[in-house]
Formats: sequence, structure tokens, C-alpha cells
Amino acid sequence: MMRDITLGQYYPVQSPVHKLDPRTKLFGTLVLIVALFVADNVYCYGAAALFLFGIIAASKVPVGHIVKGLKPVLFLLVFSAAFNLFLTPGEELVHFWIFTITKEGLVRAGMMAVRLTFLVMGTSLLTFTTTPNQLTDGLERSLRFLNVVHVPVHEIAMIMSIALRFIPILVEETDKIMKAQMARGADFETGGLIKKAKAMIPLLVPLFISAFRRASDLALAMEARCYHGGEGRTKMKPLKYRTADRLAYLILLAFPTGVVLLRVLL
Amino acid sequence: MITLRQVEYKYQEGTPMETEALHKVSLEIRDGEFIGLIGHTGSGKSTLIQHLNGLVRATGGDILYNGESIYREGFSMKELRSRVGLVFQYPEHQLFEVDVFTDVCFGPKNQGLSKEEIEKRAREALSLVGIGENYYKKSPFELSGGEKRRVAIAGVLAMEPEVLILDEPTAGLDPRGRDEILGQLARLHRERGMTVILVSHSMEDVAKYVDRIMVMNHGCLVFDDTPRVVFGHYKELEEMGLAAPQVTYIAHALAEAGFPVRTDVITVEEAEEAILCTLNMDGVGRMEKADGEGR
Repeated sequence: MMRDITLGQYYPVQSPVHKLDPRTKLFGTLVLIVALFVADNVYCYGAAALFLFGIIAASKVPVGHIVKGLKPVLFLLVFSAAFNLFLTPGEELVHFWIFTITKEGLVRAGMMAVRLTFLVMGTSLLTFTTTPNQLTDGLERSLRFLNVVHVPVHEIAMIMSIALRFIPILVEETDKIMKAQMARGADFETGGLIKKAKAMIPLLVPLFISAFRRASDLALAMEARCYHGGEGRTKMKPLKYRTADRLAYLILLAFPTGVVLLRVLL
Repeated sequence: MITLRQVEYKYQEGTPMETEALHKVSLEIRDGEFIGLIGHTGSGKSTLIQHLNGLVRATGGDILYNGESIYREGFSMKELRSRVGLVFQYPEHQLFEVDVFTDVCFGPKNQGLSKEEIEKRAREALSLVGIGENYYKKSPFELSGGEKRRVAIAGVLAMEPEVLILDEPTAGLDPRGRDEILGQLARLHRERGMTVILVSHSMEDVAKYVDRIMVMNHGCLVFDDTPRVVFGHYKELEEMGLAAPQVTYIAHALAEAGFPVRTDVITVEEAEEAILCTLNMDGVGRMEKADGEGR
């Protein structure tokens, strides 16, 4: 059941986008986010759509798979679109009971929906095409300048990658304990809120114990391999920009410039 | 009785990660059998046993419990799970209560029994696995690994299932803990007529206790017969990353070296008997006699 969450799970196929340096993809996501917030007319959104769907096509991740990942944020999407639809003052189109739909509201709600959809699609595309390890590597490298102000970038990145690495393990563990308790007649589905919360105890206690056990095992294993933090630590696979990345950066610079131009000129 | 008809199971159907865990498995588990289920890691054993009490739903085929499909509308999975007890691998990881006794009560409590009945069953189950009253009020987390394992098994036994399935109940235990658990299982089977399915990697254990072996390989059921017949296919078993008991190899080696011994032995006792029989037969018995006098 928990395995069905598609939002952000790496999608293992071979594609030019998968092969890009994680820093390039991080920058690209940032560019998309900024561009989506700068965009305020249909042409800008057209450019963003072209950009996004271009990358999706190149990434070989099926569009259906990405759209499926939108499900968890559907509520937020409908909610914010509805707010914009009903609460924007302007030229009245429809009026019933206490609700008024204005022309401006309609346009803004539409744009909001598109903006949020593109945002989620863009960011999930990042995690679909980048393994968690690459992602933290990229973040660590891109944020290294923060070391100057004594932010422990390496340690934070390490914590992040361990946390990410543990998600599937804990999901699997949860699944296992849940099944073991179900085999003993536990019922996680029926009953009211309090009964359901109580039913979680046989699941949560073993889960916490196993998480702590794993954490201490991991700490021991890391110490046994002389882990001592980021200082002087080298990488087995250092990040390196290739021609494809340089090309990608050109596109990534051209795209926001285009959006800004479209906004200013039209 | 549990009947499997052409059961198939696919992980993550319809994604690029799709893998077939079970391929058209058909079998019948009759009441009162002691069955060994073997296969290398990833052969589908664990997936198969989780089908037997409805924890995993087959993506194809049908499963019947006493002739009734468990996928029929309105079939009570809870009822099925209290009749088909499943002890997972490392079952001690599922302990959660404040003390041993309360933890064992969890299963029967979920069955909706009366307080007296729950406690009676918990007591019985704990004594079956050899956990004394002085342990009842201890925290399960204070116990040794073998004791924890036995408490966890008692937690399933307390539900008084008709069929008991154990996924590698002896993994990670020392030889004494292993013999204790297997001995208790054999007793349960003998005295109560409980149907037991034992998943194991130890061919010696399987050969010693069970009267039927099922072998899984790449999601298919490849052998389903008595231990003697199955271990006779030891060459095929090796190709699957399995083996026959060590004494079977010794018997084969002896036979190849020209010593006329029976080669279908599977336990140490049988091997001893077969070798002694051969020795007595061709007059080498004198040696044994001389050996006996020397002692």
C-alpha cells in the first residue's frame, strides 16, 4: 500500500536527463520555479509548458506516471484554485447565493492551477530522474560556499542521504510488522479515531525499536570504517560537468530570459 | 485443508519494476501434515506462505480453505488468520507489550475471547514453548534472543491455529535453541495433530522432521514429494543453489568408492544404520566387534 506513492520515487530508465549532473538538474528546477512565479500571461505559461514537456519527453518518464504523482496534492490544487475563483474582485460573470465568479477570478484560478501543477510536475521530475544519493551529492556540492559561514554542509547532506536511504527500509519494515500483527489478528482499518490510534501501538513500538537498533548499527558500522565527518573526505564518483551539462545550462539560461521578455513585451 | 490453484503473484504490476514472484503454483496442504518448504533466497517461499493466510492477495488463480475460496465475497480474513497461524522471520521484532504475558494475550484478545479463555490460552502457549511463570511479568525486551523468539511463537500458538506456518524459525539461533524450537514443533504436530509448514534453509532440519518437502525455484513449485525422493534429486537441487543433507553426500561418496552402502539416506541415524548394515553384511563386522571389545 505504501509502495504505491509515486511522488518522488526514482524512475529507473536510461535517458539524457537521467545522465545530467545533479547540479544542473537542481539549477533547472530552481529556474522553473522562478520562471513560474515571474510568468503572468498565457505566453509565459506557453513557454513554461514547452520547457517542461520538452524535458519530460527527453527524460522518457511516461507523462501518465508523472500525472499520477499529482494525486496527493490534488486537494491543495483544487483548494487554491477555488479560493482564487471566488475571492477575486472584478467584472462579474456568474452569481449564485454567496458565490460570485469574476472574469479576473477565472483567469487567476486557471493560472494558479497551471502554476501549481507545473511546479509539482517539475520538482517530481527532478526526483524521478535523480537518485537520492546523486541529489544530496549535488546539494552538498552546490551549497559548499555556506561552509564559509560555518554551516556544516557535509553533515547536513549526510543526514539527508541517510534519512532518504532509510525511507524504503522503514516502509518495508512497517509493512512486515503490520503483516505480522495482522497475522495475530490486529485490525488497522476499522473503528473510530481512538480505536484506530490505539491499533497503531503494536505497529509503532516495534517500528521505533527497530529504527533505533538500525541507527546504532549504522553508527557502529560507520565508525568501524573510520568515518569522521566531511573534512578531507574525497568522493568515489566526484561530480563533473560534461558537454551535455553545458548545453543544458545554455537552455536553462535562455528559458527564463525568454519568459521575462515575454512578460515585459506582451 | 488448503488448496492452491494456479496461484500467481506479480509485484508492482504494470510498472517497469514488475517482477513475477509466483508462477502458477498449484498444491494441496492436507490436515495433519508436517511440510518443509525450501528454496534459495528470493525463490518465492515467503510470498507463497503469505498467501496462505490472505496477507498477500494473489494476482491470479484461487486459494481454497476447506474447499471455500478465500477471495469469495464476505469471506472473513480475520477468521482465516486465526486458523492459519503465521510466524514471520525474526518474529521477536513484533513484540511490543509491557510484559511477556500481555504480549502473548494479544492474539487471542483480537479473537474476541473471554478474559479467562485468553489467559488460559496464553498460559498453555507459553508452557508449550517452555517459558515458565517467572518470565510472565518480565519485559519482552529483557529476554535473550532465543527466549524472545519462543515468546513470539507462543503469541501465534495462543490463537490455537489449525495450521501453523513458520518462516525460518531457527535463523540466528544457537544449536540448542534450534533443537528446542524444532522439538517443540514436532511435539505439537505429533500430540495435537497440528498441520505444520516449516520454511527452512537447513536441509538437515527438514530431513529430520518433515514428511513432505516442497521446493520453490524462481517462483515455481519444482518438487513436491517425500524427503527421500526430493533429496534423491540432489544434483538438480544444487543447480538451484540448494543441497541435500550432508549424510546423503557421504553415502554417495562411499558408494562411489566401492563401499556398497544405501545412498538414499537423509538423516544421521539412517546413515549409521545403513553403514552398520553393510559392515555386518560382508563380514567386515569383525572389525566392529573387535572395536567393541577394545572399548
